[in-house]
Amino acid sequence: MGIEPGRLQFSWVSSAESTKFVQVVTEVTQAIKALGPNKTLVKTMPEVA
Amino acid sequence: MVSYIDKIKEISKQLLEEGRVEMVIGFRKGTVPMMNEPYFAKTPEAVEHFVWDSNCGINLCNYLTNRTEKIGIVAKGCDSRNIVTHIIENKIKRDQLVIIGVPCKGMIDRRKISAMFEAEIGEVIEDGNTITVKGADFEETIDKKDVLQQNCAVCIHRNPVIHDELVADPIQEQTDVDRYADVREIEALSPQEKAAYFEKLLEPCIRCYACRNACPLCYCPTCFTDESRPQWVGKGQDPTDVSTFHFLRAYHCAGRCTDCGACERSCPVGINMRVFTKKLEKDCLELFGWEAGLDPDVRPPLDTYKPGDPDDFIK
Repeated sequence: MGIEPGRLQFSWVSSAESTKFVQVVTEVTQAIKALGPNKTLVKTMPEVA
Repeated sequence: MVSYIDKIKEISKQLLEEGRVEMVIGFRKGTVPMMNEPYFAKTPEAVEHFVWDSNCGINLCNYLTNRTEKIGIVAKGCDSRNIVTHIIENKIKRDQLVIIGVPCKGMIDRRKISAMFEAEIGEVIEDGNTITVKGADFEETIDKKDVLQQNCAVCIHRNPVIHDELVADPIQEQTDVDRYADVREIEALSPQEKAAYFEKLLEPCIRCYACRNACPLCYCPTCFTDESRPQWVGKGQDPTDVSTFHFLRAYHCAGRCTDCGACERSCPVGINMRVFTKKLEKDCLELFGWEAGLDPDVRPPLDTYKPGDPDDFIK
């Protein structure tokens, strides 16, 4: 769909795996920060009422 | 084609006379060339309106959703696969239907023909593999295979997969076609190029939803585009909303689409939105070995779980 592959991630984290959750979130946030702001599928026209 | 028509009329007439069905859904000649329209015959006399030629691209399965009466339906290969999908999804029961199967030789793309001639086309006559186009002051004969709908040119299920009657002997299926050449071309693009490609592709979209209405899969009582609480997608012409609509509609057809081409055919501005559904069709085939609508007794991959289902995308 024109979205960079790094912007989308699927993971399987059990409710008991809190450290894995933190790790995944940190990794994903870093990866996305490295990619910079998203430019595709962003609304450009002004919102009307 | 004449033998097809006679046979369709004969079978339909018999079904209606014997009271085995309450109506037969087929095609009649449209008011303009190359635009046959759906026709519902409810009396034995009405079957005289039925026709069959290469302008019957509309998917008649669209008219079966949630019907309760007994229905006879004229079905080419793709229609029959959508009927199977309807049966799987409990939108119609098999015993309600008498399927009049038509081995299909491909439908012609009226836009390709219109684009070949500057003047207005008055009449289009078909004879086997040639098509004669007549206008006020011209007459030209063209090869049918040059003006086939793109999905018909690469179709490998021309014969109905499910039928009670057959109007002619099954025809030879195509085996040497490359079905996904166009999809692979898009897959090879970079994300930025893809985004630009889709934006350009969907630029003319006027959000008329003809593609949705022509599609036999799009039978939701309230479509996500029409819903306002919550409003999933904006209703305007914003490119983001337009592409969201097309992406989502395609995903709703994942594992169900038979590439009948009704969406592209109905589009008033000629968008080839089939690139989306075809990509999903290709994925279904590659990941699950699945082709929609071939067998009413097999559940589709999206409503079954197998331990071996591909999960490479989960990190």
